[in-house]
Amino acid sequence: MTFEYAPALESRAIVTIKPKYGHFINGAFVSGKKHFPTINPATEEILSHLSLGSASDIDKAVAAAQKAYTKTWSKLSGKERGKYLYRIARILQERAREFAVLETLDNGKPIRETRDIDIPLVAAHFFYHAGWADKLDYAGLGQSPQPYGVAGQIIPWNFPLLMLAWKVAPALATGNTVVLKPAETTSLTALLFAEVCQQAELPDGVVNIVTGDGSTGATLVNHPGVHKIAFTGSTEVGKKIARAIAATDKKATLELGGKGANIVFDDAPVDEAVEGIVNGIFFNQGHVCCAGSRLILQESIAEEIIEKLKVRMAKIRVGDPLDKNTDLGAINSREQLTKIQELAAVGDAEGAQRWSPQCNLSEKGYWFAPTIFTGVTQAHRIAQEEIFGPVLSVITFRTPQEGIDKANNTPFGLSAGIWSEKGSRTLWASQQLRAGVIWANTFNKFDPTSPFGGYKESGWGREGGKHGLAAYLKNGKESGAK
Amino acid sequence: MSFYGLIDGSEKSLRNFLDQLSGVDQVGAESRAAMLATRSIKTTSKRWAIDTAISMVDLTTLEGADTPGKVKALCNKAVRPDPTDSTVPSVGAICVYNDMVSIARTHLDSIGGEKVPVAAVSTAFPSGRASMDVKIRDTQDAIDAGAAEIDMVIDRGAFLSGNLGLVFDEIVKIREVCGEKAHLKVIFETGELVTYDNVRKASYLAMLAGADFIKTSTGKVAPAATPPVVLVMLEAVRDFYSLTGRRIGVKPAGGIRTTKDAIKQLVLVNETAGPEWLTPELFRIGASALLNDLLMQRMKMDDGYYASPNYVTID
Repeated sequence: MTFEYAPALESRAIVTIKPKYGHFINGAFVSGKKHFPTINPATEEILSHLSLGSASDIDKAVAAAQKAYTKTWSKLSGKERGKYLYRIARILQERAREFAVLETLDNGKPIRETRDIDIPLVAAHFFYHAGWADKLDYAGLGQSPQPYGVAGQIIPWNFPLLMLAWKVAPALATGNTVVLKPAETTSLTALLFAEVCQQAELPDGVVNIVTGDGSTGATLVNHPGVHKIAFTGSTEVGKKIARAIAATDKKATLELGGKGANIVFDDAPVDEAVEGIVNGIFFNQGHVCCAGSRLILQESIAEEIIEKLKVRMAKIRVGDPLDKNTDLGAINSREQLTKIQELAAVGDAEGAQRWSPQCNLSEKGYWFAPTIFTGVTQAHRIAQEEIFGPVLSVITFRTPQEGIDKANNTPFGLSAGIWSEKGSRTLWASQQLRAGVIWANTFNKFDPTSPFGGYKESGWGREGGKHGLAAYLKNGKESGAK
Repeated sequence: MSFYGLIDGSEKSLRNFLDQLSGVDQVGAESRAAMLATRSIKTTSKRWAIDTAISMVDLTTLEGADTPGKVKALCNKAVRPDPTDSTVPSVGAICVYNDMVSIARTHLDSIGGEKVPVAAVSTAFPSGRASMDVKIRDTQDAIDAGAAEIDMVIDRGAFLSGNLGLVFDEIVKIREVCGEKAHLKVIFETGELVTYDNVRKASYLAMLAGADFIKTSTGKVAPAATPPVVLVMLEAVRDFYSLTGRRIGVKPAGGIRTTKDAIKQLVLVNETAGPEWLTPELFRIGASALLNDLLMQRMKMDDGYYASPNYVTID
């Protein structure tokens, strides 16, 4: 007697994808000269062709953003800006299903996550920042703090629309205008967002979206008309950006890589810790900069936790991202899949023990089974390098201090999780950990009111909450941004 | 009794065992249950789930106004839930008060329902506020009348005041009374135990004392069988199996009224304890109104439209 779940596919009929897309500049779609394909990573089907942003496209977009800033957006009161943001937030909620399906098609993440997490959070970010627009003078960010002007924003492929919201909502609320460069492999929801801007009758040029690859992003960063850079992506690119703007007066926030530690003490709530470990590393196929990719386990309960983790991992449903019962979707690109495969092979070669549950992975598309490596030490590359996939490295410790030391022994410092039923231990550990976000008895929980950002090579500045506003305002020193 | 070799039966050894259980994080347990509630069960799997749920229903009437007529009508319904469709399975059991047991048993036997067991609620159900002698006689009375399953309540007052030994001893004694004749289901009344830590402790306490089933509620107190409570109990039976090699059943009761609710319960079972528990031997749903909704949904799947409630019998 088995309980097989019949396929429960979300319909893609709600989404209309055009065969070709232009950039969104000054309130209108304009075609670029060259195009490149964008695919569905679950099937390798070509979804559409996107314009490859050139230097002249960036020029036009920055000029449109500057004009909109000077002529309209900076002249509006905070209350009026807030009205536009509320309007956008409401439209996003009304069109939530459309966005969820499109995001799943373009990114490969499961519909359950786009429907229940990504898109609701996107709307929440716009609602939250809409509320701030007319209250900036009273936010404790200095007397009448002023916007910078044109913000150049570059976002990654792991949470395409959510990262757009993290960037665009605070920029507009604080009175800046925007030139956004979405990720090469996941631009479709940003282009649908452009339609939402039109629908909300946002003044032309306030939001401009130029699609393209790394070179398009570099052109945007180096453009003299950009006053503020906001980037989320790899530490490698983040360092390039830091070098590029070093001799300028451009401001920047950088959200970079991570190798988050999920520390489980022997007094942890075991079943919920196992859930938290799964959620920490297998949420969004592990394509999460703050993923709990290192499981740091107290030796006395290591065996029990790993045994339970394996039982739980065998229940993870890997498959068609549009199936409402799928837990783990497709890897976003062939390039990323290759990187995950290479690093996993390094784990094997360095003598760590690999384990995955039985999974029937599709021939088409990019797939990687949920995987754990046990017997990992600090000296293993898979304990140090960001894999950015569904691969967990398990490290053990003997005393609480040793656990903390191992957790902090990384060039990154974005996130950490503490699992313990003892309040004093949780508070002590959270003070020792050098990470921008620390979760206690949970993991990967996000909220627009909570600042997010990293220590060390995980980045500069904070996004979200009051700290995130400061990063878009002169005098806004609170953020720790450059 | 050996208590699975895990404790020696003294209150001290019981406490030691319960103290080493891990705590339950409330937020985490509730969010796991909420996530599993989003599973979308369609077409063939829905049809399978409906029939499986029907076979797991403990069709219940526990009213002061119960009469022989009412109980007999319920027995007819239990054996043939849909008189127009013989492919509908019989329910898991009939659940009644003690004085109705012999009426139910006799009537079931007379209508071809020999395989449908009668469950009796005993030990001064629902409050459990009586002396041990009364509880033992109450149970013996139900067994003598033909009950094959005893749904006993624990002494929540004793549990909450920390008198775990008393709660344990009562279950052990009722287990002895049941002997080979009756299965023992132990009701916690989770709405009165309140915390998930208590639910986990009570689950182990009852399993160690010899319960065949652990059951959430009497149906007289709300909240009753909430998904996170059932989740915690399913985790307990799963882990108890890996400790002892014995599978204990789980029975949520109270508040499960719709097919949707029932299917959510089956998903919880499937993804927590595992598919081995998806049988009436190890999972029951205590309910009265649920059965008719299951029948309506079953008809809808066959016919493609919702029939009027008049096409489902009201007993």
